[in-house]
Amino acid sequence: MKRRITILLIIVTAFLVQSTILPGLQFASVGPNLLVIVTASFGFMRGRKEGMAVGFTAGLFFDLFWGTSLGFHMLLFSVIGYMNGSFQKLYYDEDIKLPLVLIGSSEFFYGVATCFFIYVLKGDFDFLNHLVHIIIPELVYTILATLILYQIILHVNKRLEAEEQRSASKFV
Amino acid sequence: MKIKKQSSLSSKYWLMILVLFCLFLLGVERFLGGGEMLRFIGNYTVVPMQKGISYVGRYLSDLSDNFDTLEEVRGEKDALQAKVDELTIENTRLRQEQYELDRLRELYKLDENYSDYDKIGAHVIANNGSNWFSDFTIDKGSNDGVKVNCNVLAGSGLVGIVTEVAPDYAKVRSLIDDASNVSGMVLSTSDTCMIRGDLKLISDGRLRFEKLQNNDNVIEVGEQVVTSHVSDRFVQGLFIGYISEIEVDSNNLTRSGYITPAVDFSKLQEVLVITATKEDLTGGKED
Repeated sequence: MKRRITILLIIVTAFLVQSTILPGLQFASVGPNLLVIVTASFGFMRGRKEGMAVGFTAGLFFDLFWGTSLGFHMLLFSVIGYMNGSFQKLYYDEDIKLPLVLIGSSEFFYGVATCFFIYVLKGDFDFLNHLVHIIIPELVYTILATLILYQIILHVNKRLEAEEQRSASKFV
Repeated sequence: MKIKKQSSLSSKYWLMILVLFCLFLLGVERFLGGGEMLRFIGNYTVVPMQKGISYVGRYLSDLSDNFDTLEEVRGEKDALQAKVDELTIENTRLRQEQYELDRLRELYKLDENYSDYDKIGAHVIANNGSNWFSDFTIDKGSNDGVKVNCNVLAGSGLVGIVTEVAPDYAKVRSLIDDASNVSGMVLSTSDTCMIRGDLKLISDGRLRFEKLQNNDNVIEVGEQVVTSHVSDRFVQGLFIGYISEIEVDSNNLTRSGYITPAVDFSKLQEVLVITATKEDLTGGKED
């Protein structure tokens, strides 16, 4: 229960920061995507199911307040959470390279999927332009933001896991 | 020791359930109007937090303005004084023309006047966090008389149109958003054109216009463009911007080019919402 509330708080905070504070820190009108970082991190730290649940919630916020139709980002983020969950066995705390690569590829996947489903299907075939002007800058910016945000999420997750272990061993 | 709650379904099935659920939501959105209930909840949970953060932001930027140097303020004062002089002269001239216009209107029995729309002010409390859309949230909603399709201004120019309304907030789509389409009119010649937002131009803050008839009217760079009389969602005569590039299309029938908007979309803080929609304004007349 405590874990659920904490994760929800992290998602809401990331959402609030991304919509209110970050627009003031944009370069060339592109900002980082914190919700992808949160979703991917919980995916590879905690496995497929939790990744999916976090992605689903993050996508819900995304669709309700920023998106055009309810369901699209929920689906996209659930899949991102699931795919990152598949890498849980390869992941261990001290390594920063795997998280960076996973979050980077999740962000790239998010960018290409959005571009394809929202713009290419509408008849806007200028993929290269979108790649250079939005997907790549957003990717770079998100990786920069990962360096900070991932440390926070890692710390919170460690605390939660330690606490869960304590309370579990108490009852055994 | 790691304890994991084992639920009966494996993650593969969960993924399938979620995918089907989302596809179902996307499918029924046309009929259900997607997430009205959830937005209502958001109105009382998330949006107040956004309001709080943007209030603190405004307070801090006010605070930093207090530390402007005297020199800067003086320079600004001189510039403003020059502007006031200029505007006073222009205002006198316009007032004379206004009297004339009133007289002529009376002669024509034209009592409607489009220039006085009821407006309410609103703060921008949040932007769209994704880089693919360009819209923002304002802190006034249906409780303050904001409706879907209300036009939104900032300073002197048009900013966008309200697309979603909840009790205490509303979502406004900017003109520069890729999905935005406005019917515009060149002020000097009354030729109409379509003004489209374009994802490629968002970073420059420019707009593209198309389908301007290639007739004998000479239209040059720097001409003013306003919303046209044929638009069914935008009220007439709202200032959009200046033409910055214009060229004849290869079909020789139309002209297209770029517009520099009157509003700086990257620095929106306060906006004005026109509470009457075009439908309200025209509906009563047609009956």
